[in-house]
Amino acid sequence: MTDLLYSEEEEALRAAVRDLLTDHCAAAGVVARAESAAPHDLGLWKSLAQSMGLAGLLIPETLGGQGATHREAAVVLEELGRAVAPVPYLTSAVVATEALLDCGDEELLEKLATGRTIGVLAVGLHLGPGAAVPVVRLEDGTLHGELTGVADAAAADVLLVPADDGGLYAVAADAVTRTPRISLDLTRPLATVTLDGAPGRRLGEFGPAVRRALRAAAGLLASEQLGLADWSLTETVRYLKERKQFNRPVGGFQALKHRLAQLWLEVVNLRAAARAAADALATGEDTDITVAVAQAYAAPVAVRAAEEALQLHGGIGMTWEHPVHLYLKRAKAGSLAYGTAGAHREALAELVDLRAP
Amino acid sequence: MSDAGELRDRTREFLAANPPGRTERLDFLRARFDAGLAWVHYPEGLGGLGAPRSLQAVVDAELEAAGAPDNDPRRIGIGLGMAAPTILQYGTEEQRRRLLRPLWTGEEVWCQLFSEPGAGSDLAALGTRAVREGDDWVVDGQKVWTSSAHLARWAILIARTDPGVPKHQGITYFVCDMTDPGVEVRPLRQITGEAEFNEVFLTGVRIPDSRRLGAVGEGWRVAQTTLNNERVAIGGMRLPREGGMIGPVASTWRERPELRTHDLHQRLLKLWVEAEVARFTGERLRQQLAAGQPGPEGAGMKLSFARLNQEISGLEVELRGEEGLLYDEWTMRRPELVDFTGRDAGYRYLRAKGNSIEGGTSEVLLNIVAERVLGLPAEPRTDKDVAWKDLAR
Ligand SMILES: Cc1cc2nc3c(=O)[nH]c(=O)nc-3n(C[C@H](O)[C@H](O)[C@H](O)COP(=O)(O)OP(=O)(O)OC[C@H]3O[C@@H](n4cnc5c(N)ncnc54)[C@H](O)[C@@H]3O)c2cc1C
Repeated sequence: MTDLLYSEEEEALRAAVRDLLTDHCAAAGVVARAESAAPHDLGLWKSLAQSMGLAGLLIPETLGGQGATHREAAVVLEELGRAVAPVPYLTSAVVATEALLDCGDEELLEKLATGRTIGVLAVGLHLGPGAAVPVVRLEDGTLHGELTGVADAAAADVLLVPADDGGLYAVAADAVTRTPRISLDLTRPLATVTLDGAPGRRLGEFGPAVRRALRAAAGLLASEQLGLADWSLTETVRYLKERKQFNRPVGGFQALKHRLAQLWLEVVNLRAAARAAADALATGEDTDITVAVAQAYAAPVAVRAAEEALQLHGGIGMTWEHPVHLYLKRAKAGSLAYGTAGAHREALAELVDLRAP
Repeated sequence: MSDAGELRDRTREFLAANPPGRTERLDFLRARFDAGLAWVHYPEGLGGLGAPRSLQAVVDAELEAAGAPDNDPRRIGIGLGMAAPTILQYGTEEQRRRLLRPLWTGEEVWCQLFSEPGAGSDLAALGTRAVREGDDWVVDGQKVWTSSAHLARWAILIARTDPGVPKHQGITYFVCDMTDPGVEVRPLRQITGEAEFNEVFLTGVRIPDSRRLGAVGEGWRVAQTTLNNERVAIGGMRLPREGGMIGPVASTWRERPELRTHDLHQRLLKLWVEAEVARFTGERLRQQLAAGQPGPEGAGMKLSFARLNQEISGLEVELRGEEGLLYDEWTMRRPELVDFTGRDAGYRYLRAKGNSIEGGTSEVLLNIVAERVLGLPAEPRTDKDVAWKDLAR
């Protein structure tokens, strides 16, 4: 049976990551950084990826990684979601890493495991497992074309680029032009990547590599969304115990208690679904269905949690100064990332044979 | 003047005498006010003709067909929707004559100094003090979330004039001059990136007693007129089919077949139906209200408006897919108008979040419907009969 709990080691990992984020990723700093020239917190990345060695969780020990599983990566992502941390963990340590594992490219895996190299799969953030991905042209041995909507491209050292010969190519980030786009989610910014005769090294076939990477992304995004939803609930409960109107704490009004109790129920469900997806990715059992279930359920809950948090904070929730908007923007953008809930429901229609009329 | 034909003739005569193409915008608006065609249900001499409210549509249609300029209601929503009906109901003749014309033409913008950091849903708990000194009131306190304060010439203000009585009884309603040196307006940035609202600090602001609206200590009752009108003003605009938030998403759907999915299709159609039904409900409410002031029923319109705006704009971001992940502009600026349906889908989605907070939160409005429309028993209260100064804060 699927293990849906957290092991002692996983709880210890969570505590360590949370400590780091409490000290180095305070909400006010994330709000301030969001609009700066350096939207990614590379200092935090360094602590997380290098000092704590978390960049290599999914990479075998023989290649300098931790040889851990998606279960541990999921715990890290829960904490990063709780802090809306602007680090390229999902994109580099999960998505790019999975693509490289599929290609078996030891050279880059060793680099990514150190955390000193950040890799990004040059596929639009909105594309889910199974979607057709745009490719660049391979001409005279170099790559040409434009790829849009690439998350965290600004932080990348190496981009993994699908080309029209069916290959996935490693391209040095400084060999391409990365044009930042103004993004709804300020903590996971997008860029357009333009290749104008960029040299690349062929890693393998992009088809299976991209599919594997996006499936892991969709499954583990659910854990990030769980962290986000859990923060939204916890912070709102805290605030409403404190906030007084009508000579009493607002959280004492039954209408609000029921709303928060309902949200708690959804977070409980989300936790189970996210754990199931992480475990299925780790064991390889029933993975397609479990990932589709988790991602069909997770995004709407995360969005609702952030929306409820804003609403129940009242006017202060509408301000730039209060962090709730970062969570709302991350949640809403997350609902489009790696396939929408609707797209995952459609995938399930096939997988469990409940086809459209 | 209660006949549509007569009013149409009158509007045409007015247009002949003031041809829109050859009349300065402001001159045109002033002349329209003076001809009683601004808001026909207002009294003669105050921009109206004492006609039924529903006949305004006749005037508007004629003016629109003639390409006449309007008074840019999105810039002056608080004046038109909230200050004006309150001034009409509680103002002295002198106040009405001084204030209503420039309010309607947009020459003077209004804002609403009601909410405070400690008094939002529980507005009656407000602590801004007004103390009588000779013919003036001296006002000290802090207001917050004040939309358009940076543009405003006047504010409607409620302040505490008697801390020794229960909170609903010690409040008085004023018209505050925003150019008074004791008024300090600081921008408050919103989740959209803009600062549409502000913090307003009032320090020794002198308001002549002649700018009081209603009796001393009657401010809570006067404020009810403002708030009931605010809810209708926010939620109850007359719109053509697809006139509100549903418009942009419907156009996107028609123009961009590549974005369509079965899932989104069903959700869009459901929301389209709900938006259309909300339009009928609004029209019906307006017909019921043809005479008189809106009551607590107006809360229903605002509740539907907020929920629909949020769901529709949320769907639109999803529909846009890859583009939904982008935003047009985060730069901090102080906008000239309150815009619910402008800019891109991301802006609309974020701005709509305010619709269920501004003008009374949806939770508070549901309480109003439950208690004042349905007559359900109120929650037990500990704050109604205690002097304001003795309440815990
Ligand atoms: C965009 C925007 C523009 C605004 N413009 C203006 C303006 O121009 N002038 C002005 O004066 N004010 C303005 N406001 C303020 C607005 O009226 C208040 O924010 C609102 O009344 C809520 O007050 P609060 O923010 O203090 O929230 P709180 O009252 O602290 O409420 C917090 C949460 O508790 C809930 N709650 C409170 N009491 C109850 C209850 N009894 N039962 C159930 N739930 C309850 C609320 O619904 C909310 O979700 C604006 C607000 C926004 C967001």
